[in-house]
Amino acid sequence: MKPLIATAVFAILMMFAGLFTQEKRSLSNFAAILMIGLLGLNIWELYDYLITLNDANASPYYFGKMLRVDNYGLWINVLLTALSLVYLLIFRDGIEKVGIHVGEYYASHFFVLCGLFLVTTYNNLLILFIGIEILSIPQYVLAGSDKKNLKSSEAALKYFLMGSFSTGILLMGIVLLYGAMGSFELEQFNFYKHGSSMPSVMGAMGIVLMMLGIGFKVSAAPVHFWAPDVYDGAPTPFASFMASIVKVGVFVAFMRLFMEGFITMDAYWKVVVLSIMTVLTLVIGNFTAIYQQSVKRMLAYSSIAHAGFMLFVVIASNSEAMRGIVQYIVAYSLATVGIFFVLSKLKDYTYDGFNGLAKKEPFLAFVAAVCVLSLAGIPLTTGFFAKWYVLMAAIKQDNTFWLVMFALVMAVVSSYYYFKVIMAMYFKEGTPELCCSVTKMEKAMMMVIVFGIVLFGIAPELLFVWI
Amino acid sequence: MSLILLLLIPVIFGIVNFGVKNEKNTKVIALIGAITTLIIAVMAFSGLEEGGVLKVDYPWLPSIGASFNLEANGGALLMTLLMAITFVLIFFAQWNKNINNANRFFGLLNLSLAGLMGVFLANDLLLFYFFWELALIPVYFLAGQWGGKDKVKASFKFFVFTFFGSLLMLGGLIFLFVNNANSAFDYASIMQTGSLLAPEIQSTLFVLFFLAFGIKMPIFPLHSWQPLAYEQSATPVTIVMSALMVKMGLFAVLKWLIPLFPGVNPVFFNVIMILALFNIIYGSLLAMTQSNLKRLVAYSSLAHVGLMIMGAFAQNDYATEGLYLQMFNHGIIVTGLWLLVDFIENRYHTQDMKELGGMANIAPKAAITMVVLAFATIALPMTNGFVGEFLLFLGIFHSQFEYKVVYMIIAGLGIILGAIYMLNMVQKVAYGQKNDKKISDLVWNEQLSMYLIVIIIMVLGFYPNLILNIL
Repeated sequence: MKPLIATAVFAILMMFAGLFTQEKRSLSNFAAILMIGLLGLNIWELYDYLITLNDANASPYYFGKMLRVDNYGLWINVLLTALSLVYLLIFRDGIEKVGIHVGEYYASHFFVLCGLFLVTTYNNLLILFIGIEILSIPQYVLAGSDKKNLKSSEAALKYFLMGSFSTGILLMGIVLLYGAMGSFELEQFNFYKHGSSMPSVMGAMGIVLMMLGIGFKVSAAPVHFWAPDVYDGAPTPFASFMASIVKVGVFVAFMRLFMEGFITMDAYWKVVVLSIMTVLTLVIGNFTAIYQQSVKRMLAYSSIAHAGFMLFVVIASNSEAMRGIVQYIVAYSLATVGIFFVLSKLKDYTYDGFNGLAKKEPFLAFVAAVCVLSLAGIPLTTGFFAKWYVLMAAIKQDNTFWLVMFALVMAVVSSYYYFKVIMAMYFKEGTPELCCSVTKMEKAMMMVIVFGIVLFGIAPELLFVWI
Repeated sequence: MSLILLLLIPVIFGIVNFGVKNEKNTKVIALIGAITTLIIAVMAFSGLEEGGVLKVDYPWLPSIGASFNLEANGGALLMTLLMAITFVLIFFAQWNKNINNANRFFGLLNLSLAGLMGVFLANDLLLFYFFWELALIPVYFLAGQWGGKDKVKASFKFFVFTFFGSLLMLGGLIFLFVNNANSAFDYASIMQTGSLLAPEIQSTLFVLFFLAFGIKMPIFPLHSWQPLAYEQSATPVTIVMSALMVKMGLFAVLKWLIPLFPGVNPVFFNVIMILALFNIIYGSLLAMTQSNLKRLVAYSSLAHVGLMIMGAFAQNDYATEGLYLQMFNHGIIVTGLWLLVDFIENRYHTQDMKELGGMANIAPKAAITMVVLAFATIALPMTNGFVGEFLLFLGIFHSQFEYKVVYMIIAGLGIILGAIYMLNMVQKVAYGQKNDKKISDLVWNEQLSMYLIVIIIMVLGFYPNLILNIL
């Protein structure tokens, strides 16, 4: 409970801090300190939980079974906070450059984390809804924070309109599901109540609408249209935050919905419905990414493609999927933050802007190459094991073999646009222009990212110790 | 222990190489790395008794039952020996060449050696897959940065083809793992899992795995990446691809594919045999029509791989021994051919046979090497190519296929066609008087690597038991 309260308090503190100082660097430092504190609190909470694990009276439930805080959710929170810390430190200069309200930007990040902590530990659909709202609204603000940029304002408006619409759909789904099940509580859903494990018409409508509502937040097709414009228009640091840490966090909620809530539901029906979404997401994400000229837009589509891969954990929703999403959280967030960072250092966001980067800035190019290889899923990077665990979890489910093979073929397609970045950096000549020099802190964080990608690419099980 | 050193030494020397600025030093370091690896490989190979194995086993990912498990029998050690020798030959031959960014070039070469070693040593299916893809990455970077003007396109085509195959294999691999009652990747339990699957499923998985291996070999019609990649890459990279990476696919068929799926529908084997015949005939015919030397060697390599694929699927002891021997022989011979093509290109600045001629008068040492290599390629007795191909034919003759005689006759045509294009090449390049440009003959470092190749060809041609005793 400590971290959840702390995020809200820290966010408010951050907003007030903006009143006391206008100096951007001290605000950044304050935010970093708060984030470290939050990480400490999360670890403390996890430690407390693990100690009380053998205590018969201990209960993971809070607020009348509204939240179910177990070691899995806590470990996810630790990871999300740690990744946010890396993100805050590496994008420190980038965030300061966005505008003058630096305190508010950081406050928004803490609010987003607050929402994430709720959706990773919810046990009641109302909390899921509240959590998703808490993490969405600050994102609308972040997307439009570069007020002088028309594209940023467009992104914010688009995101806000579509987002509020999708929230309505999500709410409608929850209500219909309540009508079918008579409960908001995940553990109370029992599809056998009416004699068949198939959901009733009302229940099925509710589930599909909920899928669309949550699918919007993770940019799964057919509700992905906002993603490219928003990621492209939003300031690069915030785009990377939205595309990585927030997205994987919401996926945990998505998976828990199916794993704990709909466990009694007919498995074949679930696979079919989710397969449609997965196939669409993979096809649209990968094939559209091929045609992009701008690397930033390509990354937006690639994040849709990755949502397609992460949907496999929802299809599988078994104990392997729980591991898979942990692996994916780390792999995908590290690589996305890393590649977005390199991008933010360049003046030209097209592929041509990367031409010859290896010669001029070998270290930046190396970091970008490692990140891209990880996104493509090459062994020795975490990206490989992320795909591995996710697909393995899916194959354990029946009727999914060809779906997995399809996803692997799509991974080949994805290698095309990822390797275009490598080709531009290493094989082509050019003089890329940097917008600003790389500071020591950024270098250190890049090393952390590369180290993390390689370390968890060799020993992925380090991430499963506390699950 | 020696198995770990075989992996570790190239990695260490490769990483050290990246940091070296001086071109001379980086060559020395690369060469020392390769020679050290060679010494270890020779010691491991010669210390092995017939039927013996070397083993290393450390836990890696206990929760999914994957371990860092290396195991090498005579055949695998022979392959590591081939790797190490080839890299020594490459580094010798590069001594007097100027290379841009030499430190990265030699660093990546050493890393690719490590990846290749891993493929031949891994005894755990996940580890095998790991190395299978890792071997690809340094070679991709090598092929994309050094070579002809179409190198970016060629290297990417090469990458996409092999990556596609690898991912198909990954799907099959996950399926095998999920169906393994022990939830593990070790050789024994994976083999048991494969053999217990229903025959239709075995056939499906067989196709998935075979596509991965077949693209690397490459087998007709999956070969279309090959001529462009061989032609456009720098010679050392071409050697790594054609002399070494080709063997990954063949070796994987022997070690993994055939034992893994014993219940496969035999139709598939027949189809593969016929495709391999296509390799031989199609490769030979195309080689005959080429006037570009690099393309000629590329297509001739395609043809020779065809016979080896037939041997791999013949499934008996003659064929297996012959295949191991011929994989080694082919690696050595083709390395020699590529080095010779490189020599000609460096001196004459052309790859076109129409513009060449009369090399025997000006550069007799190179011409004689060329003749020996041509003889070895067409498997003349007293060269190592003869012993290997003879055993392969013997193996195919003893195989269970209904139409084995037909297969043999068509494959035999390949040898005749091989003689035509190889001797044609010798005649056009070495004799005649078309091009009397004054060029220098083989210099000391080129002599060193070329004569080493000639010696290996001759010694194994006279006394193949050096290797056959240990297999």
